[in-house]
This record gives sequence, structure tokens and C-alpha cells, in this order.
Amino acid sequence: MTVVEPRPLDSFIDNDEKPIGYGRMLRKEDPRFIRGKGRYCDDVQLPGMLHLAILRSPVAHARIVSIDTSAAEAHPKVKAVVTGAALAEKGLAWMPTLSNDVQAVLATDKVRFQGQEVAFVVAEDRYVARDALELIDVEYEILDPVIDARKALEPTAPVIRDDIEGKTDNHCFDWETGDEAATNAVFDAAEVTVSQDIVYPRVHPAPMETCGCVADYERVEGKLTLWSTSQAPHAHRTLYALVAGLPEHKIRVISPDIGGGFGNKVPIYPGYVCAVVGSIVTGKPVKWMEDRSENLISTGFARDYIMRGEIAATRDGKIQAIRTHVLADHGAFNGTAAPVKFPAGFFGVFTGSYDLEAAYCKMTAVYTNKAPGGVAYACSFRITEAVYLVERIVDCLAYELDMDPVELRIKNFIQPEQFPYTTKTGWVYDSGNYEPAMRLAMEMAGYEALRREQAEKRARGELMGIGVSFFTEAVGAGPRKNMDILGLGMADGCELRVHPTGKAVVRLSVQSQGQGHETTFAQIVAEEIGIPPADIEVVHGDTDNTPFGLGTYGSRSTPVSGAAAALVARKVRDKAKIIASGMLEVSVADLEWQKGAFVVRGDPSKSVTIQAIAMRSYGAGDLPEGIEGGLEAQICYNPENLTYPFGAYICVVDIDPGTAEVKVRRFVAVDDCGTRINPMIIEGQVHGGLTDGVGMALMEMIAFDEDGNCLGGSLMDYLIPTALEVPDWETGYTVTPSPHHPIGAKGIGESATVGSPPAIVNAVVDALKPYRIRHADMPLTPSRVWDAMQGNPKPPV
Amino acid sequence: MQVSMSVNGDEVTEEIEARMLLVHFLRDQLGLTGTHWGCDTSNCGTCVVWMDGEPVKSCTVLAAMAGGHEVRTVEGLERDGELDPVQQGFMECHGLQCGFCTPGMLMTARALLDRNPSPSTDEIRQAISGQICRCTGYATIVRSIQWAASYEAAATVGSAS
Ligand code: FES
Ligand code: FES
Repeated sequence: MTVVEPRPLDSFIDNDEKPIGYGRMLRKEDPRFIRGKGRYCDDVQLPGMLHLAILRSPVAHARIVSIDTSAAEAHPKVKAVVTGAALAEKGLAWMPTLSNDVQAVLATDKVRFQGQEVAFVVAEDRYVARDALELIDVEYEILDPVIDARKALEPTAPVIRDDIEGKTDNHCFDWETGDEAATNAVFDAAEVTVSQDIVYPRVHPAPMETCGCVADYERVEGKLTLWSTSQAPHAHRTLYALVAGLPEHKIRVISPDIGGGFGNKVPIYPGYVCAVVGSIVTGKPVKWMEDRSENLISTGFARDYIMRGEIAATRDGKIQAIRTHVLADHGAFNGTAAPVKFPAGFFGVFTGSYDLEAAYCKMTAVYTNKAPGGVAYACSFRITEAVYLVERIVDCLAYELDMDPVELRIKNFIQPEQFPYTTKTGWVYDSGNYEPAMRLAMEMAGYEALRREQAEKRARGELMGIGVSFFTEAVGAGPRKNMDILGLGMADGCELRVHPTGKAVVRLSVQSQGQGHETTFAQIVAEEIGIPPADIEVVHGDTDNTPFGLGTYGSRSTPVSGAAAALVARKVRDKAKIIASGMLEVSVADLEWQKGAFVVRGDPSKSVTIQAIAMRSYGAGDLPEGIEGGLEAQICYNPENLTYPFGAYICVVDIDPGTAEVKVRRFVAVDDCGTRINPMIIEGQVHGGLTDGVGMALMEMIAFDEDGNCLGGSLMDYLIPTALEVPDWETGYTVTPSPHHPIGAKGIGESATVGSPPAIVNAVVDALKPYRIRHADMPLTPSRVWDAMQGNPKPPV
Repeated sequence: MQVSMSVNGDEVTEEIEARMLLVHFLRDQLGLTGTHWGCDTSNCGTCVVWMDGEPVKSCTVLAAMAGGHEVRTVEGLERDGELDPVQQGFMECHGLQCGFCTPGMLMTARALLDRNPSPSTDEIRQAISGQICRCTGYATIVRSIQWAASYEAAATVGSAS
């Protein structure tokens, strides 16, 4: 029990570092949030606004025989009722997914998952819209569903995607990476091989704000304004233009304050398209906000990988190869949000942080009668699955070799001098120094003492576990030559304007869902140009007012747009230097940059501040030859490579032998995200991800019954950690800058979500060692842990 | 039907449907959008406001039931242009990220400190356990509330001397 000692009042004032650049700084966005003045989608109220509600399929797989909307249409407060058939007449019943598949906006022929959109109602208020759904009568002819991905390819399985011409099975795609023959050769000759089936169950990002939008189509000008819970407003605008045939310059997508995204708000959902159609049809602004169960049952899920991991090693613990087969459940439509050439996202980094001789992965993806999605929940494009696989299988090897899991990892780390390191699956890790991070985590945790405590407790029959994970992340997609989403290259623009009085506005293509961009991006620009962050306004989330870019997901804001912000500021600084040389009447070569001012080399009394230069750039009088007035610039940053943050995590759990309940007692997280911009925000990002890890490892799962009913459709069934399930996080860091990023930053948004689940599961399995258990699948709920303790661990279904 | 109540000290009277939830009344009818809505099952706590000084989940209260009562929302925390120490604490200790759970957390925090000026971490975690934050991992929320508690303790010591 901690009781905080009272401290003197003045110690509370100004505890901010007030950096002009990097450092702990309170967030610029907070004053509005703590007053209840944030502006989220559902806060948008427009005159005459109508409300939209969606009728969803109650069953997983059925043919639609008929839909009778007459009673709903007769409701005096209903303005429109639209079905798939009506959309089909306009060619809008289907839309492309982010993976070049198609998805029904409203079902026409069949429903393919429980919760699929069947019809929508637009009405005067949100209650009436929902009342009217009850008045729509749909007759379904129930079909057998495919729920277990393991059975999706059986010859007798009903074909889900009969909308695709010639489709006779539920096969979605095959994908492989690495060298199969070389890997098999290593396995055949290996002294030790271990194989383990590992399931990463379906989970859901469930941001506290659900998805929704307000569509306002103005008929006279033909202009659509869409306030939307979108993590990628620019990409969405282009896709609306392509799908709906609206001219792109007449579409404005605004992502206002967003109540958490975690990948849930990357795709375009049918609801957005319905709202746009609703506004076009009624000529009024239309709001659609899904409720929580709609969010959980129909929007982008995450994971759902059934994996077999195999590892080959020498008897003394040198890891030689990793091989894996994956069965990926993609749901009814392939809605994965990943770069086109990466259908399995970045799962190819499953070789982890280890120096291997060979690696190979073969994946088969299938359709099932479940909601689409797949890449979400802070997964860094499937690196969560990859890291979970490798960190679990390495622990299985440690178990078989009876080796300490830390010792095994350290023995196999890629060494600092090996960077840039090309993995056996072709990824080029930019920089890393793994062992110091691991050692720091051990020191913070008191690793040796914990092991001693564990030994004593085991002797007394108590169940205490210590779990370790070490992960390498890959974040900041592009470059554009390798990475695009539906043909849109993954590069991001940034624009900086310094006004005459020396205040600035920076416009970003990425968008914050809580990451604090208004603060960090002001700090990045401040660091480069010496204008205090308080004087720099960050504009984001509005396609009419920001340059094009692909948006915020995959921890890409700092690696991509952070680079863009730094480079655009340097471009402005270069111009400022020329203007300064004119003002000081010296040559450019004689000027030195001291943060915030150009100073004449050797004569510090002669200098001009960036503010004075700004005024001059717009003011009266001549500028140096060839220099245009104003102080502004724009760039588009195309990253050279991904950045590769890493971290070492140690988790301590206690398990009640009587109830099998797992308690996370401690969690130590050492992260290396390269250059650190605002340590307070970094720590916050890590804490959030660690909590996700506790959720996934111990609580969260979107399960289905055999008829395809979603069993995780409310927050009573889909359990998310509260303050009682998580410990007080212990965080540390090392700094290994990225060599190719202009400021050396790597990104931190998803590291902890990626790295923490294996640490927790490893801890639980370690605690269960007396029961001779090598593996148990998530979520490790009391009943599942109990089953494992009875010698009967079951894969989740 | 007609309902009258006091909201943040102002008397309001509105025509409503009997089934209207307090959360929608505050947000849609009065435009007080600081109070949020996040679930269908009274689990998330983004909607917490006070009724007669007690935190309630406003998605679980009919506006009609609040008739004749005193409701206070996050918009009513700041007094005479001065932030409540819990608001300050959340900023100082990074107790928020997306800000969606924040208004509910602030209302619970204020109510807790009014009852228990120096709560332990366990007591703070208990107090906010009916509310979900998907961003912060709670540790910074706990620190934020502790910050406010010690700020207020220091202020009391200061005014006593
Ligand atoms: S809206 Fe979730 S508890 Fe009230
Ligand atoms: S700050 Fe986002 S849910 Fe709490």
C-alpha cells in the first residue's frame, strides 16, 4: 500500500521540462480533454441531422429469401430504408477491401457472418432508427456455417464465397517465405528439434469509442464532408472517390478527436458507405454510430492464427532454424489491412531477435463465416503473431533443454556488429543492441532473486512463474516501392509554415487516436527549428487542410511522418539561413545554427533569431538573390526502410493452485525505440500495450459457438482488463537510434502489445512447470489454466 | 414528458421521451458532450456523472429518473476558471491518451477524494474498477489521482499555516 506524502504546493508548479525540442512535456491536447471539450464523431451535431441504424444478420450463413421493409418505411419518423438490392441498382452493394477482395456493403445474395449488414434505416433520432429496424422482416434460408478454420478446406465444407466466380472452396490465399529446402536440411541434421502447436485466438481492439461517422452531402455544390473515426483519412478519401464515383476534390474527410483506434479504425466499414448513401438519398446530414456489440461482432478483429512452430538447435542451445506452418482465419471477406505485397502482414519477421541458419514459413489462409478483419489491435501488421510464435517456441526449447530462458536468448541474439542484419526471410534490421536491454530488464526485475524466490515457493507447493520475452518490431511502412495499400504508396507528406511573427503551423498526413501528435510533432519541429512547441500548432486529420499520406497504424507516425516533420523543418531552416545571411551581411558559410538562431561564426554578438528571420521573410525590403518571400515548405517522405524497435520484458505471475487464477504481480518492460521525443508519452504508449498484453494473454477472446454465434459480443462477454487486473508497470529503456531515420526515432506505439503476451504466457507456463506443462494457449482464464493443471490443456475454439 | 433537473448548477427543463437515457439527454439534448457513451451493458464507465454527489453510470439512468436531482458532469468540474486538482493531475501525470474515458475517470476520482482524501493505490484501483481505459494501462491514472490527493493535502497544510 502506497500512501503519497504531501509535498509543498510550489513543487507542483512547472514540473514540466518545457523543452524546445525533445523531453518530457505536458500534452498540448490535454486541456480540452480534461474539460470534456474533446470533439469526437458522436459530438458532431449538424442542423437537420438524421440518424442511421443498421440491420444486421442474426445468423452466420444464410441465403436471403426476402426482405420486407414496408412497415419500417411507413413509420412517420423514418426518412429512408435501404437494402442491398437498392444499393445494387446503383452499383454500390459491394466495395473493395484493403486487401483487394470485395466485401458486401449490404448483403444481396447471402449473409456470411453474424452481424453482417443487411439493411439500413435513416430516421429523425437515434431511438427511432433502432425501433424501425424491428419493423424490417427478413426471411433467411439457413445454410451450414464454416466456423472452425481447420475444417474450412474439407471437401464437404459449404462454399462461403460463391459470389466469386468459379469459387468451389474456402481457400483465401497461400503464402510462403524463407528457404524450405535449406530449413528442412538443418532440421534433418539437428541434434534437437521441438515442435509445438500454438494458437493466437481471435481478439478485438475494442477502442472505447466505437466506429461511426457523420456524412454531410451538400447537393448544390456536390460536396461530401465526412467526419469519420478513421485512422487514415486521406486513403479513405481516395477510396470513396474510387468506389462511389464522387470526384475526389469534392470529398473532405475529417477525423476529429478519436477515442482510441488500435487498428480498429483503419478499414472502411459498410456503415460509413451507408451513411454517405443515406445523406445523398435524404439530402440531410446523417450520423451513424455503432453500438458496442456491433463494434465487437462486425468490425476488424485481430489475429486468429493457428500455428505450428518448430525449432532446431544444438544440444547446448544454439538455435539453428525455425519453421512454421500457419492456418490463417480471415473471416468471410479478406479485409486485412496490410500492404498489398504482404498478405500475411509482416509475419515474416518470425525469426525474431536471433541469428539463424535457416527459416521457412508456409501459410494457408481460409474463409470462414466470421467477421472480416485480421490486421488490428496494435499488431504492427501481424508482428504480434510472429513474436508470440518465436518467443513461445524458444521457451519450449528452453524447457526441453532445461536451460534458463534468458540464457538461451542471450546465447542466440543477433550481435550489435551484425547490424544492419538481413534475416533469413529477407528483412533488414536497421540497428540493435539486444543484450544490454535484456540485462537491464534482469537487473530491474532482480532476476536471480526472483528465481531463488520461485525455488523456495515451489518447494512449498506455491505456483510462481517468471516469463521472459525479447522482441524485435518492424514499423514505419514504406518504402513506397515495396509497400502500398490498394495502389497508394506508403509515403507521407508534411507541410510547415512559419508565420511573420514567428509562430508556426505544421500539417501532417497522419492522425492521432490518443498518441499525442499535437505534442510530439510540435516537439520534433521545435527541436529542428528552435521555435517553442507552444508556438507550433499541429493540424491533422482533415484532408482539406493537410498533405496526402497513408495515416496512422503500424506504429508508422513517428518513423514516417516524424521524419517528414523533421525534414520539412530542416528545409525551412535552410531557407532561413540564406535569409539570415542577407540580414547579417555575411556569407551562408559563416553562419552557425544554435537552436533558434543563426550566429556569425566567431562573432556571437551578431545573430538573428528564427522569429526575426520569419518577419523578414514576409516583410518589406529585398531578400537575397533567388529567394522567394515567406518561410514555408512541404515535403513527402518516402522511408528508406522500416525501423526496428526492440525490447526485453519480464513478467512475474502467481497462480492460485485452488482456483487457477493468474495474478500478474510484476511486469518489467525495457524498450528501445531509438531517439526518444517525449519520454512521458513513450511510457504511456508502453503502459497501454502492456495492458493489451494482459488482456490477450489472460482474458480476451472473440469465440464462436458451432452455429457461428459470436460469444464475445458485449463487454460482459469480452473481458478487457480493468485497474484491478494489471500491476504498476516498471519501465526502462535503452537508446539505439535508427541509422536511416533523420532523427533516429523508431516508433513505440505497438511494441508493448507485440512483446507482452509471450512474456505473460511464458510466466504462466513457467509457474505450471511442476505439472510438466510446456505450453497452454491463450487466453489463460482460470478454467483454461485449470484444464492445463489437470493435464488436459485445450486449444481455444 | 417534461423533466427538470439541475445540471452543473443550472436548472434545466426539457421535453423528452420517457425512455431517454440520461447520457443521451446530457449529450444530445443539452449539448454536454463531455460525457461519453461506450457500451451497451454498463461495463465501460465512460458515461459516469454525478447524481446528488454520487457517481452513476448515466447510460443506466433514465433522464426521467434524474428529474429533481442534481447532476454534475465533467463540464462542471472546473470552478470559476480554475481547474479541479484531478483535472490538473491527469495532465501532469499523463492520465489520459485518447481522452475518451477521461471525463468518467475524473468524476470518479473527484468523488473518491471527497470521501477519502488520501486513498491508497489499492483504494484508487478499486474506485475506478468499474471503468475501462483502453489506452493508459491505469498506472498513470492512479498516479494522477495521487497527484491530486497530495496537491490538496499540501493546499490544506498551506492554508492552515
Ligand atoms: S456507456 Fe458503458 S457504462 Fe455507461
Ligand atoms: S485514454 Fe483512451 S480510453 Fe482512456
